[in-house]
Amino acid sequence: MRREPPRTLADYLPLFFPAGMLTIFFVVPFGTMIAVSFFQRQQGGFYTPAFVYDNYARFLSAFFGGVLGFSLMLAITVALCCVVLALPFTYLLTRMSRRVQVVWLVALLSVLSLSEVIIGFAWSTLFSRTAGITNILVALGLMGEAKALTPSFAAVLTGMVYQAFPYTVLVLFPALVRLDPTLTEAARTLGASPLRAFFTVVVPALRNTITATLIMVFIFALGSYLLPQLLGRPQHWTLSVLITDQAIYQSNMPFAAAMAVFLVLVTLGLVALTVLAGRRGEAA
Amino acid sequence: MRSRRSPSPPQGFSTSWYGEIFLNPEWRSALFASVTLALLSAALAVAIALPLAWFLWRRVAPWANIFQLLGVAPFTLPPVITALGLLTFWATAGFYGQPWTAVVSHAIFFVTLPLVTLSLGFTSIDRSLVEAASTMGADDRTIFRTIVLPLILPYIVSGYAFAFVLSLNEYIVAYMTVGFTMETLPIKIFNALRYGYTPTMASVTVLFVVTAAVIFSLVARFGDLPKLLGAMSSDGK
Amino acid sequence: MSGLALQNVVKEFGSFRAVNDVDLTVPHGTFVCMLGPSGCGKTTLLRMIAGLDLPTSGAIGLDGEDITRVPTHKRNLGMVFQSLALFPHLTVGENIAYPLRIRGAPKEDQRKRVDELLSMIHLSGYADRPVSKLSGGQRQRVAIARALAISPKLFLLDEPLSALDAKLREAMQVELRQLQQKLGITTIVVTHDQREAMTMADTVVVMNGGEIRQAASPIEIYRRPADSFVADFIGQTNLVEAETDRSGRVTVFGQPVPGLDLPAGAAKAMLSIRPEDVHLTAPGAGALTGTVTFVRDLGGTIETFVDVAGRQIVAVSTPRARPEVTVGQQVGIGLTPDVCVVLAK
Repeated sequence: MRREPPRTLADYLPLFFPAGMLTIFFVVPFGTMIAVSFFQRQQGGFYTPAFVYDNYARFLSAFFGGVLGFSLMLAITVALCCVVLALPFTYLLTRMSRRVQVVWLVALLSVLSLSEVIIGFAWSTLFSRTAGITNILVALGLMGEAKALTPSFAAVLTGMVYQAFPYTVLVLFPALVRLDPTLTEAARTLGASPLRAFFTVVVPALRNTITATLIMVFIFALGSYLLPQLLGRPQHWTLSVLITDQAIYQSNMPFAAAMAVFLVLVTLGLVALTVLAGRRGEAA
Repeated sequence: MRSRRSPSPPQGFSTSWYGEIFLNPEWRSALFASVTLALLSAALAVAIALPLAWFLWRRVAPWANIFQLLGVAPFTLPPVITALGLLTFWATAGFYGQPWTAVVSHAIFFVTLPLVTLSLGFTSIDRSLVEAASTMGADDRTIFRTIVLPLILPYIVSGYAFAFVLSLNEYIVAYMTVGFTMETLPIKIFNALRYGYTPTMASVTVLFVVTAAVIFSLVARFGDLPKLLGAMSSDGK
Repeated sequence: MSGLALQNVVKEFGSFRAVNDVDLTVPHGTFVCMLGPSGCGKTTLLRMIAGLDLPTSGAIGLDGEDITRVPTHKRNLGMVFQSLALFPHLTVGENIAYPLRIRGAPKEDQRKRVDELLSMIHLSGYADRPVSKLSGGQRQRVAIARALAISPKLFLLDEPLSALDAKLREAMQVELRQLQQKLGITTIVVTHDQREAMTMADTVVVMNGGEIRQAASPIEIYRRPADSFVADFIGQTNLVEAETDRSGRVTVFGQPVPGLDLPAGAAKAMLSIRPEDVHLTAPGAGALTGTVTFVRDLGGTIETFVDVAGRQIVAVSTPRARPEVTVGQQVGIGLTPDVCVVLAK
């Protein structure tokens, strides 16, 4: 097929609807949000147009700095845990038969698509005193008496890793499927054990993929807003929770918008930094 | 599976809690709202993604990739950002709280999924098939109808299915745009959580898991799931 | 004028000239094979004839009509692609009927024509099979039948047999040639396999570097190659240099070859000597003397490699005329003017 640049109006026609929809309902809202972040809050109502930096100045405080720091730390921890768990898992998955792969992929997609509400509900049940896993430990005689494991940081982390794990596997899957299996076979014939072959051949070959995956999972984890609420204490709340809280319950849209803009900037900044570091590492 | 560990297990085994979802007017209307929202928003998402993906495949227009980027962005950024953007937008435009805004919001939020599956689908169409059709006398429109559409159909269905399932489960965008006027199932569950656990919630959870598993199994049965998820070869290697 | 005519056709991809100023006339009913190494521009030329690529400059005419800018779907072609490009979502019958269907032919006519074509390619009764269930050779035939469904003005094939194994490929070459002769259709095949070209073509067009090096009948191409590229590309050959010495005699490796004439005014020229024309004699009896370095006995033919003053000369003989030589032995090589083809460059 000869691919040509579009010339006539008819050639451009298919682009109109998608371009229009994405512009009106994504670009414009995004711009609106940025604009609102400079607006003045109106007590009891919404906001009035203005151009003030108050909303940005406000979270340059110790409290919001702490929340931001915690959010980033949580997202990084989740990303690391997920990649460490998902890399060997996905590697083994790609070496399985097609049928096994499909079953796992269906299961992973089902978990991935689950609402945070449901994941939070399920884990808070599992971690509860009355019906949680500690009851099983008690029944097995491993524990004295059942106790609640939530709310706690560990519970938040577990829930978020559970939520992000399928995502991590699905991000890693294409790269690992395409990894030439003769690479490890060659390493094996050269005398490497399967484990050594994995760490000396597969992991280095996938360095860029791993970096990219870490970033993707980091952003994914940064978006978690219900699990910290359902499984953690207020000090475990992330920036996402705070943004929702300000927007909906405190009706402070300008402040929420400013935080959202800041979150985007921090996210993009960290991604850029990681990519840059990756490039430098490669050049060296 | 998880429901059996429910904190307040019902006495004995009963399926009546499942009936509750359909009989209780509140749960029923939440179910209805969620399913309607998912059906419509997934359709709109496909309607946005299909012409875009086709255009990018058919034409040489590097600048148009900006729209591909825009299509992928809502799903890649933390959802709260897209949600807040849409909230400020609907509030400014004066449509805040109207049910149809949720359809548009979800369609934009999930357009990434059909866009990715369709882009993948188009790259998997051998361009020589299109050339062959044109040597046999088919013009662009005929080629689209007789060759491209039948070959891309499985990808349209998968893209729709992905968007549908995720829309059914989505909380924050729905909550921020229509949370005060409409109750979807996830919103209903979250609101109900404040008053303690009920077996109905557990049944709804199971219903969600089963729905997702069934839909993805169907996608796997009629499409090529490993390929859809980015594996190049279809022989499972 | 009936047939295909290419005039000064040029195709550039960016700064790369894929096809450089090609002129070619293909009379109606001719079978042409475009032959050359990969990247020589033969596929690009075919795609321009089909309208799948537009020439940067030049004109393409068919039956006296300028079709340079006519879109592909209005050219009434039949084309077989290297990948075959069978539609995976259609059955064998639906694939063959496709060009008829989109032209709005009545269902009954479509069915009749499909049956006709299926019997022509010896696949009667296969109409309802999915194409994925066919063997390589069967898929090949279906692609050919589909291309011929509308009785096209021009039948184009791009490396059509490259996916088949050697035996099947040779059988299909014969079949394709017989089919073309029966239908009398103007046919252009792109191939990199010179055996294929020799088997099928009325005219072989040898291309290299985007240019036509020679266009002639297979036997002429073999016997009278225009240049050293053609001589080397078609079959096996020995390329040796001939020069005129001070006394005006034409010599090869310093040995005079009486009766051999170089082009007027040329002091040097390349000679092509086919291996089957190289006759080994006793040392001293031939014009040249060399040492046997290797003997390759392929059963049907025997190739003897001889080192003459640092250059390798290959002689091919049949088992009956087997030369009694061993590696390391000195042999003579007879050179007569009739076996030496003087090349233009």
